[in-house]
Amino acid sequence: MEKYSACDTCGHFNAQGLQKLGVKVEEVDYVIALAGNPNTGKSTVFNSLTGLRQHTGNWPGKTVIRAEGAYAYNDKKYKLIDLPGTYSLLSTSDDEEVARNFILFGKPDVTVVVVDASRLERNLNLVLQILEITDKAVLCLNLMDEAERNNISIDQRTLSRDLGIPVVATSARYNRGIPELIQTIEGVANGSIKCKAHHVINIPKNIKKATNNLVVELEKQFPKLPNKSWIALRLLQGDERIIKALESGELIVE
Amino acid sequence: MSKKVENIVEFANELRWQIGDELHDHLTESIYADAAKIASASVSTENSKKSFRLDAKIDKIVTSKIWGFPIMFLVLALVLWITIIGANYPSSMLATLLLDNVHPILKSFAASIGMPWWLDGFLIDGVYLALAWVIAVMLPPMAIFFPLFTMLEDFGYLPRVAFNMDYLFKKTGAHGKQALTMSMGFGCNAAGVVATRIIDSPRERLIAIITNNFSLCNGRWPTQILIATIFIGAVVPSSLSGFASVSAVISIAILGIGFMFLSSWLLTKTVLKGEVSTFNLELPPYRPPRIWKTIYTSLIDRTLIVLWRAMVFAVPAGAIIWLISNIYIGDESIAAWIINSLDGFGLILGLNGVILLAYIVAIPANEIVIPTILMLTVMVTGISGGEGAGVMFELDSVNETATILRAGGWTLLTAVNVMLFSLLHNPCSTTIYTIYKETKSVKWTVIASLLPLIMGFVVTFLVAQIWRVF
Repeated sequence: MEKYSACDTCGHFNAQGLQKLGVKVEEVDYVIALAGNPNTGKSTVFNSLTGLRQHTGNWPGKTVIRAEGAYAYNDKKYKLIDLPGTYSLLSTSDDEEVARNFILFGKPDVTVVVVDASRLERNLNLVLQILEITDKAVLCLNLMDEAERNNISIDQRTLSRDLGIPVVATSARYNRGIPELIQTIEGVANGSIKCKAHHVINIPKNIKKATNNLVVELEKQFPKLPNKSWIALRLLQGDERIIKALESGELIVE
Repeated sequence: MSKKVENIVEFANELRWQIGDELHDHLTESIYADAAKIASASVSTENSKKSFRLDAKIDKIVTSKIWGFPIMFLVLALVLWITIIGANYPSSMLATLLLDNVHPILKSFAASIGMPWWLDGFLIDGVYLALAWVIAVMLPPMAIFFPLFTMLEDFGYLPRVAFNMDYLFKKTGAHGKQALTMSMGFGCNAAGVVATRIIDSPRERLIAIITNNFSLCNGRWPTQILIATIFIGAVVPSSLSGFASVSAVISIAILGIGFMFLSSWLLTKTVLKGEVSTFNLELPPYRPPRIWKTIYTSLIDRTLIVLWRAMVFAVPAGAIIWLISNIYIGDESIAAWIINSLDGFGLILGLNGVILLAYIVAIPANEIVIPTILMLTVMVTGISGGEGAGVMFELDSVNETATILRAGGWTLLTAVNVMLFSLLHNPCSTTIYTIYKETKSVKWTVIASLLPLIMGFVVTFLVAQIWRVF
């Protein structure tokens, strides 16, 4: 496509006039996973990005199937995966498995973690677990309108610095912050925004030592394996799915 | 397993001995500690308690032991009331347009181009009228019911319903989240069956799937409303008839919930024994519903999709009705022949052959039960007022419908039993197919389809016997 006006190449204009592609998910440049606790408005974010009308409702556990949609921005096509809402990735219920397996094996280019701004602390548990798996993440601080109503204010800079990933405040119900979210996703996807994700620090010494030993061993056997310390932790917990994945080699990135 | 992986797993097992089995707890604790630290560094709140208090206040009322259930029924009654009253006018307008105006035009057009009688009858009296009926009768209530229901969802009332009913579900051995899938079933059973995916335990999920059909779905509300208006409303003074018919419909819906609990309990005591699993139910904050957006999306998403489905199924059903009424074996049409053979069984149940045949024809879509019954009744009784063999129609005045049904031998008992049977019979074909897709099991699909049907036979039989004694 030839470009004629400055508008065509202006990031902000394009974010406003986002090309929503609905279910046309073929030949995409980037794959974006949408994760988060139940009832944080993931589906609403998904809808405002893709133009789809995935049913939304104010009750946890509403999304039961993985929904896919797409949008185009600045000549790149993005595929968006709406994962089921989960509180954690450490247990083994079906919906958590779907979310975890996708972030791990689906190798999304960016994982957008949608959190409820008025319940940040509780939501951060999942964020930290996701950051153990992947570096390329964006925190979508959703439901800002509710947080404001409850007189909660969040220092986004501090939060972004502590987590080591970009933070975008949104109110997806009212389409606020969506252009900024799109730009940030682009930045993380093409590498112009560098993430240095926070890793959980105060792990007890003996666990840390065991993990390190296992990482050394993994380094020897599987040099190409990504996020080895997380995989080491899962192996220490005897996670069958991870053992299977090691065997099949699906964790290796080329 | 390859040597490499085996070594690693062995090494991991060895290390696990050194750190003990509290790994998971330690890890969770570390994550919580970090989360708390990060949150406290960036979040500040001023008098936040003030606004949370309103949510808590509403919750205290709608989930209270005394008010919880009455409020639930009141909300249901209100939604139904608005649906019934509001749907009347657009319904009769659509009926006038599609049945009284467009139908004769189509007929005379067919005559003018010399269409053979059988093609004209098949297409216009069969297929077109079936479609027109479904649009006229279904579209208005759905266009009111679905947005109202979606607004309740948006507001955050559904999780409170689940919270209220959790205790009852636990008593029956089912999962508390079944309250949510049950509520979805009031809109559409197929949607309710898909929604059971929120239930983790396979045992409890099966119970939720099998019993979802006891939620009176959207296709069955119009039947309930019409029969209640004609027969139940008529036994009380006219000033009370509206109240009596709404109460009758609500009683049927509540009876359905009762049967859902009963069969959940039966299943957990027999074929699906097991522990009740616990779950966390987060009561989300109340959110003001966005009225216009809700109306728009629920019209597009739910109403039109459900309507489309009904239309797709009404076309072949209309064709079949026309065909079986116009193809003769000897001197009787196939329809008359089936009705006569079903009549004996039907009468034992306090129903009749026409009603049973209508329920067979209407397996694809519950919505077409009433027009089929009317058409078949006119055909077998030979009274005037209908439009001829195999023509589905709607009568403009409720009185006329009542006259035809009474001529067909209907009594108050028939009406009560039709309402009961409409609640308790096999799910529609879409739901059956959805159940199969979700369970991947012929056995459970058959059980889910036959259990309510058998219950329907038993209940209508008992009601008929007791009724006839008095």
